[in-house]
Amino acid sequence: MSDQTVATTEPRVTVDLPPDVRPVAVQLERVTKVFNDAPGVPPVLQDLSLRVASGEFVCLLGASGCGKSTLLNLVAGLESPTSGSIEVPGGRTALMFQESALFPWLTAGKNIELALRLGGVPRAEWKPEIARLLELVHLSGQGDKRVHELSGGMRQRVALARALAQRARILLMDEPFAALDAITRDVLHEELHRIWQEADLTVIFVTHNVREAVRLGQRVLLMSSRPGMFVRQWQIDIEGPRRIESPGVSALSAEITEDLRREIRRHGR
Amino acid sequence: MAVNTPTSRDDFADLEAGLDALDSPVGPNDRKAAARRMLNSVWPPILAIIVLIAFWWAAYALKLKPEYVLPSPASAWDSFVAGLESGATQKAVFNSLQRAFVGFAISVVIGTIIGLALTKFAFFRRGFGPLITGLQILPSVAWVPAAIIWFGLSNEAMLFVVIMGATPSIANGIKSGVDQIPPLYPRVGTMLGARGLNQIRYVILPASLPGYLSGLRQGWAFAWRSLMAAELIVFSPALGLGLGQVLDQNRTLGDMPGVMATIISILFVGILVELCFFAPLERRVLRQRGLLGDKL
Repeated sequence: MSDQTVATTEPRVTVDLPPDVRPVAVQLERVTKVFNDAPGVPPVLQDLSLRVASGEFVCLLGASGCGKSTLLNLVAGLESPTSGSIEVPGGRTALMFQESALFPWLTAGKNIELALRLGGVPRAEWKPEIARLLELVHLSGQGDKRVHELSGGMRQRVALARALAQRARILLMDEPFAALDAITRDVLHEELHRIWQEADLTVIFVTHNVREAVRLGQRVLLMSSRPGMFVRQWQIDIEGPRRIESPGVSALSAEITEDLRREIRRHGR
Repeated sequence: MAVNTPTSRDDFADLEAGLDALDSPVGPNDRKAAARRMLNSVWPPILAIIVLIAFWWAAYALKLKPEYVLPSPASAWDSFVAGLESGATQKAVFNSLQRAFVGFAISVVIGTIIGLALTKFAFFRRGFGPLITGLQILPSVAWVPAAIIWFGLSNEAMLFVVIMGATPSIANGIKSGVDQIPPLYPRVGTMLGARGLNQIRYVILPASLPGYLSGLRQGWAFAWRSLMAAELIVFSPALGLGLGQVLDQNRTLGDMPGVMATIISILFVGILVELCFFAPLERRVLRQRGLLGDKL
């Protein structure tokens, strides 16, 4: 477990890739985002720089108000930065939310179909593509179910299939499993890990759950709040298959939690 | 068991399938219970109607009013049957329904466009929003004199009244339907690549459908009411007789059983359209979205 510590007081913090660089999928250069420019209100994100390698799994960790969601919206192109530059050479992005955000007036299969239709995929390919994606998320034969007939975990898997239907190479996940119970979350961690590898995706995963971040990520970034900045990063190289209960995960989680608490305490003073 | 042991692929697949089976919401799919609920929702209104007729009958039997003012339910029924046998009722129902449908269809087009404009343009909304809500309150019978002066004693005059009656409800329906869309849906639509008209077609319209439908339903009720008011007043031999005109004819002829029979016909047609068209449509839409709970 290597770690690169940067002082919290230093305003400009660059967290960078390890030296074995693969092509860069996402690059943020000194990005600042201001929603409310009244005096005394800190920017949501301040002078943020980040590079994510193609195929990397990065977890962003932070307390409320650290601008995690804003960061994802910026990368997704739903918002634009106040200053700084964002480049996404790694391909199309898809955003996944805490709620599945499937359209309730469509069946599971039709939700995936809409992504294909709007993405300009030829009509003849829809059916086999939907079947392939449902198979990938282990939901074969469930395509005719309505959203309300699916469990929370199944909905998120359909949402994942829909994201892949967008031909997304970069998955931006905004606390996607926060509303699920522990055992379902555990299963989805395994599913996401498998699909990340099979589909060769780049993932930026936002969470406030330290163990989840350590369980999933290759790299974990801790963010400060108001303004949102990177505080510290951990490169995770736990040997063998990881589970949420693995000793390595527990040990590192304890360490990161300490840092996260220190960050939060700063706001109590 | 060591925590680090990876579960085998089959074990994992079973675990996932088990979770899917256990966690999927179970819908009320007991057909027998559904039939019982249906029965339970049908007989109370029937009982209520029987009670009402009984009161009517009692008032008639007590001779509270002379017979030419208060006819017996039986004579109203006879008049109703006679109207059906001569075919006059069917013809009037057909004429009225045709006018109502044409007026309603035009209102749907105008109301939808106005409603979408209200949600899209803030300035338009601030200006016309209160006005349209005001028009909804204005009894559309108030338009009849103006309509007669503008369009003469014609079908157009009646259509105008229907459109003025139905359009505000439909516009307000789609407006409140769009207002209630969770902000997440349009964002997801944008993410999926739906822009402009595609956003309206694939996201905004389907998402606002429940509110839109209840607006349409209310719009139909207003259309039917407005038409009856217009038909009572707009009378010309050149126009086909509608239910409203028949009602006014009954009155001038002093045919009280005919008046009662026609009122009941008007009520019946309105309820029939509601029960056969709007109620099932709304139920279907809500059921698809799992918004019906364990109601039928």
